Amino acid sequence: MAPGLGEAELTAYVEDALNRVTSASERAALGALRAELTGRRSVLTGWHRELGSLDPDLRRALGRLLNEADRAITQALDARDVELARESRRERLAADRLCLDELVDRAVDSPLARGHRHLVTRTRDELEDVFVAMGFEVVEGPEVETDWYNFEALNLPLGHPARGMHDTMYLEVGTSESVVLRTHTSPVQVRSMEAAVRDRSLPLHLVAPGRVYRRDTPDASHLVEFNQIEGLVVDKGITFADLAGTISAFTSAYFGEDISARLRPSYFPFTEPSAEFDITCTICRGARCRTCGQTGWMELGGCGVIDPAVFAAVGIDPSEWSGFAFGFGIDRCAFMRHQVADLRALVDNDVRFLRQF
Amino acid sequence: MRVPLSWLASYVPLPESLDELVATLDDLGLVVEGIEHVGVGLDGVVVVEVERIDAIKGADRIRLVTVRDGSSSVEVVCGAWNFEVGSLVPFAPVGAVLPDGMAISRRTMRGVVSNGMLCSGRELGVGDDHEGLLVLDARTATPGQPIADVLGIDRDVVLDLAIEGNRPDAWCVEGVARDLAARYGVAFRAVEPSPAQPSAERASASAAVEIVDPDLCGRFVATELRDVVVAASPPWLARRLELAGMRPINNVVDASNYVMLELGQPTHAYDLDRLARHAIRVRRAAAGEQLELLDGTTIELAIDSGAIGDTGEDLVICDGADVPIGLAGVMGGASSEIGPATTSVVLEAAWFEPIGIARSAKRHRLRTEASVRFERGCDYSNCDRASARFVELLEMSSPDLRVIGKPIDARGELPRPAELQVDAGAIEAVLGVRLGLDEVARLLSAIGFHVTDRDGALEVMAPPGRPDVRDAPFGVADVAEEVARLHGYAALPTRVPSWPAPGGLAPVVRVRRAVREALVGIGALEAWTAAIVPAADAILLGDEDERIRLTNPVAADAPFLRSSLLPGLLGAVRRNTERRQGDVALFEIGVVFTHPSVASTARVERGGAGGGELVKLPSEDERVALVLARPHDDAHSAVAAWRVLATALRLAHTRLDPVAGTTPLGLHPTRCAAIVDASTGAVIGHVGEVDPDIAARAIPGLDDGRRLGWLDLSMGVLADHDAIPRASEIASVPSRYPTSDVDLAFVLDESVHVEDLKAVLGGAAGELCESVECFDAYRGPGVPVGSRSLAMRVRLCAPDRTLSEEELASTRAKMIDAATRSLSATLR
Repeated sequence: MAPGLGEAELTAYVEDALNRVTSASERAALGALRAELTGRRSVLTGWHRELGSLDPDLRRALGRLLNEADRAITQALDARDVELARESRRERLAADRLCLDELVDRAVDSPLARGHRHLVTRTRDELEDVFVAMGFEVVEGPEVETDWYNFEALNLPLGHPARGMHDTMYLEVGTSESVVLRTHTSPVQVRSMEAAVRDRSLPLHLVAPGRVYRRDTPDASHLVEFNQIEGLVVDKGITFADLAGTISAFTSAYFGEDISARLRPSYFPFTEPSAEFDITCTICRGARCRTCGQTGWMELGGCGVIDPAVFAAVGIDPSEWSGFAFGFGIDRCAFMRHQVADLRALVDNDVRFLRQF
Repeated sequence: MRVPLSWLASYVPLPESLDELVATLDDLGLVVEGIEHVGVGLDGVVVVEVERIDAIKGADRIRLVTVRDGSSSVEVVCGAWNFEVGSLVPFAPVGAVLPDGMAISRRTMRGVVSNGMLCSGRELGVGDDHEGLLVLDARTATPGQPIADVLGIDRDVVLDLAIEGNRPDAWCVEGVARDLAARYGVAFRAVEPSPAQPSAERASASAAVEIVDPDLCGRFVATELRDVVVAASPPWLARRLELAGMRPINNVVDASNYVMLELGQPTHAYDLDRLARHAIRVRRAAAGEQLELLDGTTIELAIDSGAIGDTGEDLVICDGADVPIGLAGVMGGASSEIGPATTSVVLEAAWFEPIGIARSAKRHRLRTEASVRFERGCDYSNCDRASARFVELLEMSSPDLRVIGKPIDARGELPRPAELQVDAGAIEAVLGVRLGLDEVARLLSAIGFHVTDRDGALEVMAPPGRPDVRDAPFGVADVAEEVARLHGYAALPTRVPSWPAPGGLAPVVRVRRAVREALVGIGALEAWTAAIVPAADAILLGDEDERIRLTNPVAADAPFLRSSLLPGLLGAVRRNTERRQGDVALFEIGVVFTHPSVASTARVERGGAGGGELVKLPSEDERVALVLARPHDDAHSAVAAWRVLATALRLAHTRLDPVAGTTPLGLHPTRCAAIVDASTGAVIGHVGEVDPDIAARAIPGLDDGRRLGWLDLSMGVLADHDAIPRASEIASVPSRYPTSDVDLAFVLDESVHVEDLKAVLGGAAGELCESVECFDAYRGPGVPVGSRSLAMRVRLCAPDRTLSEEELASTRAKMIDAATRSLSATLR
């Protein structure tokens, strides 16, 4: 039978309860204690009920003390629970200890099976190999860029309306909108040209594959994070004709002799003249189908003769050097070659998909 | 931009074949993104009069309607209720195919035969109204008349063109026609409105215009009109607007929109009587000024967004009391909107500084038909023509309007069109082909360039509508592009360039490929997970405070950049577990990011406006991570996987050390090791198991007691041949003499590393040592607590002889002695 409610009884009760909580040594015991101390049949609950029959002044005073007691006991229970959980984790981990330096390979039971590269990796490797065979060097650049590399040095000054096409995602780093997730692999052009000017190592013949980011709602044909490959040639006497020839040579080397490329006028601030390049639809081989919108062609990427303003930004003399650049989606190549119906399968990592390639 | 062919054909003769036209437009860089055939599907649909309406037994939503087309009657079941006996409605007989492709057939509903269908506006492709039938006006429709005649719908084709950002001149019907005429070499009929006849009298309070900020407003032409009657536009004009994708509003607004679609010049009509003092001022907005726009929203002006390059400036049009009545070039204000009671109009045809308009439109998230044109740069010389054309169009529906005086032509600062000299060699240097100068001149003149031949070179002046064309030297590329475009890209020569330098892979690419091959070789599948990750991933690892946050993530619940590949790979294991295929080994090679404020050394790069500052950026660390989730996987298989990798990469001196300092997030604290290069001390990564608590939280369906092996390596360190020396490239030819094994078990303090014991034994055996291996470890009875027993096998061999028993015994003794002295080992 619990003692009647009074200030002294309450103080004594709380002190005793807190002691019991602190000395609980197992989480199961603590759970039982929690039920006893705060449950429906606990002393405190009984006292709460008793409050109603007291006169108002006393009820107020004791009610406040009672609430404080509730809080103190619950806090102590929670704190002890965290402590015990931590202790039990410590014990479990200690019992689990293993010295990795003494492990013996023979003990490993591993099934005999070959794994698989990701389809995008495979596509990227194949593209790289085609370009290496054509004399290009494969280089890379960072995924987080400053506004300068992603836009401004590419003749896309602040406020330029063409920036709107990029669906840029910004990072909460430094000045607002000054640090971006690169929206294309073109910043690698700028970095490579800056480095070549610094090291006096022009000409440049390179491709730069890598991950890029666009703020776009993902669907069957769009991913927020996808992969591009960028090409850059800076040399003497390079013209639009070299660009067209390179695109066409690459297309038949990668997609096959019966697939050809065509260039259409387009606009990119960093190239002039600029072109969109299409290839023969890989599904219908040019016979016109639904996938190519009954045109016989599929859009692959963009390209152009490097705009002299880009050369100026990186300090290359346009009277001595000229060049071209191109870029297209690696995932899109995989899509065209393997007819991936939904690009989201590329990032779902279902092993039934991964095992196919 | 939607362009009806009937409209386009009024400026240039079009080829017979639509395919050819589409191909030509594509080839001009005016990409056809869609082709819509309108006015088809109305064949056979006629006007009928409702004769009687009967209820259908047992049906309360449909009725039987008898209609008459003037000569005969038919019965149709109909679910609409917005008509009565005597109404005129459209009727599609059995056999008709409606614009949306619906074929009308005879149907029986509730035992009643329906011989066709009565149509709503939407079913006929003329508006969105689907509430009921399209009830026709008895003044314009008679029973039996084809519906296409009543609605004035001719067959037409609407092309949806994608106009590139550098072609503001082509963002109108006339501009498209100009390009086509240039390509086909045919005459182009420009819109030439007859100049408005100003009324002789001047109103007492005529409009006045003041450009306060001439740097942002280069031109403002104001035309004052009186006695305007606001009414509906002529049907042909309304129809063209509809085909072009704009909703007709009233004759004043429609004329303004029509001029924009036709000439590319946005205009704005103000109700003159609602402008204080009948005056207009164009000025920068003061910070915090408010403006209620036509769309009913109220915006706060000139508030700096803090974004790089944003000046926070807005340009506003104000009335004579200096109260803003419009956001210049973007949207007009509500206060001076044209309404049914409007009789006096002042029309704005202006030129605004493009970047300023782009900033305002972006900051206020108001992308309007006007702003997209102004921000690309309009042709300021078009303002007069646009104003006159507006008056000409409005007069058709408001014949008594009066033009008061000559338009006011206020000027600010206008850009000067590019002027440059171009010769055949300059074009050839860009295009790789020598074109005749007369051909170049012909092509450029056809699209409005001013070209003069001067001693074998061309003096070229760009039209004001081509702000994308720059002065020399950059402008040569712009002119070359125009020439190439009109000449046809396909008609230019191609050449495959070659150079003496060989191609090749960057070193890191080569190492990455080797790593991937090795992991694929042990049966792992390569995954690709997102770098932008959910908050839950950060909470799982408990590092949300240090994460890099995106300002504008696609999904609000995925706001972070990843700091580890672990949560992504665990997510992939989880999804596969849910699909009952969780016995997997998955690896990923990808970048993780560290916030510059917590990075040991922040990455610093060129950035800021103009690239003039050094900016601290997140560090990027490319990782190779492998999660082993097959039934018997654990730290053993992770270590074995690492050894395969180390062998594949020919790493010479790596060893597994206890983790120094705090355990990396997510790693099992007592079953992990750091992978270190013994010669340089470089840390390559970590190996072990995933923290069981984290694994259980990340993969709810994970089998009880299943361990997840884990390997996480830095690609940067792996690819660094200085940090991680490779094994010697010099081949060693194995001895042809027999080898002998010496097995030794030592009891050592736990702190003695197996690799150290190997080194001591190997050193003691000297050049006879072929390999040293640990084949067992033991703790328990007979071994003191804090020590372990390690069983070692040393394989001995001499290059030139079989080892004698004496040699073996003395080597064994040397090894025991060395281990005892230098490692305090006890032989068991």
